[in-house]
Amino acid sequence: MGWRVWRRQLGSEADRATFRTLHTASMATPALRAGLTPSSAERAARHLRSLLGAPAMALTDTHRLLAWDGGHPHHAPQAVDQARPVVSDGATEVRKVLCDDPACGLRQAVVAPLTVEERVVGTLQVYAPSASAGLVRAADEVARWVSGQLELAELDASRTRLMEAEVRALRAQISPHFVYNSLTAIASFVRTDPERARELLLEFADFTRYSFRRHGEFTTLAEELRSIERYLVLEKARFGDRLEVTLRVAQEVLPVVVPFLCLQPMVENAVRHGLEAKNGPGHVSIVAEDNDYEAVIAIEDDGVGEDPDRVRRALAGDSGMDSVGLGNVDERLRSTFGDAYGLVVETAPGAGTKVTVRVPKYAPGVHV
Amino acid sequence: MSTGLAVTAVLLVALATLSVGAYGWRFSRTTSDFFVASRSVRPALNASAIGGEYLSAASFLGVAGLVLAFGSDMLWYPVGWTAGYLVLLVLVAAPLRRSGAYTLPDFAEARLESRAVRRFSSVLVVAVGWLYLMPQFQGAGLSLGTVAGTPAWTGGLLVGAVVLVNVFFGGMRSITFVQAFQYWLKLTALLLPAMLLLLVWRGDGATSPADPSVVTGGLPGDVWVDPLASTSPHALYTTYSIIVATFLGTMGLPHVVVRFYTNPDGRAARRTTLVVLGLLGLFYVLPPVYGALGRIYAPDLVRAGATDTVVLELPARVVGGIGGELLSALTAAGAFAAFLSTSSGLTIAVAGVISQDVIGRRFRGVQSFQAAAVVAVVVPLFLAVTVESVGVARAVGLAFAVAASTFCPLLVLGIWWRRLTDAGAVAGLVVGGALSGGAVVLTLVDVELTGWPGVLVSQPAAWTVPTAFAVMALVSLLTPSRVPVHVSRTMVRLHTPETVALDRGPQAD
Repeated sequence: MGWRVWRRQLGSEADRATFRTLHTASMATPALRAGLTPSSAERAARHLRSLLGAPAMALTDTHRLLAWDGGHPHHAPQAVDQARPVVSDGATEVRKVLCDDPACGLRQAVVAPLTVEERVVGTLQVYAPSASAGLVRAADEVARWVSGQLELAELDASRTRLMEAEVRALRAQISPHFVYNSLTAIASFVRTDPERARELLLEFADFTRYSFRRHGEFTTLAEELRSIERYLVLEKARFGDRLEVTLRVAQEVLPVVVPFLCLQPMVENAVRHGLEAKNGPGHVSIVAEDNDYEAVIAIEDDGVGEDPDRVRRALAGDSGMDSVGLGNVDERLRSTFGDAYGLVVETAPGAGTKVTVRVPKYAPGVHV
Repeated sequence: MSTGLAVTAVLLVALATLSVGAYGWRFSRTTSDFFVASRSVRPALNASAIGGEYLSAASFLGVAGLVLAFGSDMLWYPVGWTAGYLVLLVLVAAPLRRSGAYTLPDFAEARLESRAVRRFSSVLVVAVGWLYLMPQFQGAGLSLGTVAGTPAWTGGLLVGAVVLVNVFFGGMRSITFVQAFQYWLKLTALLLPAMLLLLVWRGDGATSPADPSVVTGGLPGDVWVDPLASTSPHALYTTYSIIVATFLGTMGLPHVVVRFYTNPDGRAARRTTLVVLGLLGLFYVLPPVYGALGRIYAPDLVRAGATDTVVLELPARVVGGIGGELLSALTAAGAFAAFLSTSSGLTIAVAGVISQDVIGRRFRGVQSFQAAAVVAVVVPLFLAVTVESVGVARAVGLAFAVAASTFCPLLVLGIWWRRLTDAGAVAGLVVGGALSGGAVVLTLVDVELTGWPGVLVSQPAAWTVPTAFAVMALVSLLTPSRVPVHVSRTMVRLHTPETVALDRGPQAD
């Protein structure tokens, strides 16, 4: 019964025309979601022209032609001039097309603005022998739809930028405090043990080079752990016997790809908590284990611990907390590997803290 | 042969495997030592581990048995099992590592950007894994039966139990170390007795096993040693089929592919493969020695149809006394090391795929992996008990045929041909899997076929592999619009050495 109803609905001519239109529009979507560039405009223009049923169309940004689709390409160079008034006014216009060729039938162009966040970023131009009211309306609607797609593209791009900004913020956040303390610690060795001071300075140089590197959202666990080891060498220079470190790493998981600086903040927290408000030595352990298709990394300290509620707030991104890194890392792990791969924090006041990170050995689109 | 000694040796191997698994990683790295993280698995260690995992019951027992029974044609098995790594080295190793894939389904997903291909690959990984595990359990039953007179199912059960215990109690720890240890154990267990056997044989006058006067199972020495002159009616076809299956099947074995992930980069993957070639070449010299000497010292095994036990029987028969018994116990221990290492590697690989792709990504964690491990062991154990034994090496050869008919086209075309589409890959996997799988089922249920049909079914690779390649390529050409969107970027990543500075494209999308 339901099947027959469905068939009849599919059979209606008007409905089919709607489906065709929607399908054509969806063909143009992937290109437009990449933003307004010559290559994306090229790919989208084909589908947009068949949507409009016009003999020729053009896409421009504010100052150049991006794509011309259809016949009569000798009009293409005029497209930028046609776009200019629309770019400045932001309203759809019907403009005359001047042509010396009597065989060319194009006499009018509908030029509609493409807007992202109320700013004109380009134009959609439809060329025809005469601009009927229907064509103007269609061009206007298509331009509005394209604008919507471009806004979504802008949203994607800004989300990526936000992630990058977060990583940058994390880099900036680690450094000043640590840089000052490390340099002070190294300074204390310069006279007493120049050789050690030199080694520590080299470690420091390597550490900063890694932490401040500009490219790449991902790195390997080996690289990340190497940087952490350098960090620990420097901290040990400062704290001496007060800081005990255990590092146990299964060799098999070293090639696993992880988000850049996803462990560093945890280790820094562990060192701080492990030594804070304690008389005896603090102990920090970092264990990376192989668990078939995932790696499990646990960072543990035997320090003062933390109120679970505060940790929950830190994970939720409350910027008033002192462990800002926690929320940031959790967010990045989730957005990279999915919600199943968030941070797991086990802690209670006076009971130390254990942070567990799980990372799959393979995730689509994640590579160094 | 002394039962007590052999059983003690087998139990020692089981115990050593468990304890190295449980405590090994404490030996292998110290806690006070900084910069352990910079030590990736070295190619030599990784190659030993691959060798340990790869040299199965088929290599340890089966090859000698086949050479004893059927003659020099059967040398193509060890040659092929080694040369498979040559093909892997040249065509697959480095690009596969650079793809970042951990399992074969991962590669399928990374290259073809399709969940459907991933699912088909997962099913095939499980199928190949089970087909490969079955003869391991059968071989274990056979060996324990030979050395201790137990019923056929006991040995398989023992191996399955040890593997499961290992997986349940942190078996993944230091697995590289355990498997590398197993390779050297297996090599010693064959090398030491072989040298003594050869000494005794020289002392006995060094009768050539190829002498026409040496007749085993109605096969005179000159026929035995002459390739293509043996009893099989279509020897040439059979030989080519073995060559195709073994040369091309290695790259499709789930537990081999997983090991390559441990290499830090593509270059290390190549170097590892090169060392593997050397290690396997060294090992495979030995089983044919047992097969050849068996013609002189244990001809009754051919008549009894128990040629797979020649490696276990020979030392006690030839050397005699307590020395011979000790040597036989050593080969029995080596055989169990072979069952254990291959079975645990396969179980982990199969369980990983089951828990990831079948049980589902939602139920992750230890329980799902353990449940999957039980399934991964119980099914082939059941098969091993119910299906009549077809000979350890033959059964493993069938697993290779299925792997060669499915994953070889997927990997080779996926790495070297940019026009491969998801539809083509699925079609090739289905056709190759169905044809070779059908032939395997017919062989296992022992359908009597004579003449060409019988030969084609018992050695399917020579026709199923080209068919799978053709289908995959043809369907891909017919569906050009389905070429993955990011194929160029993927290809650049697969083929560009890591040392080349290059924009490898945006990271996640």
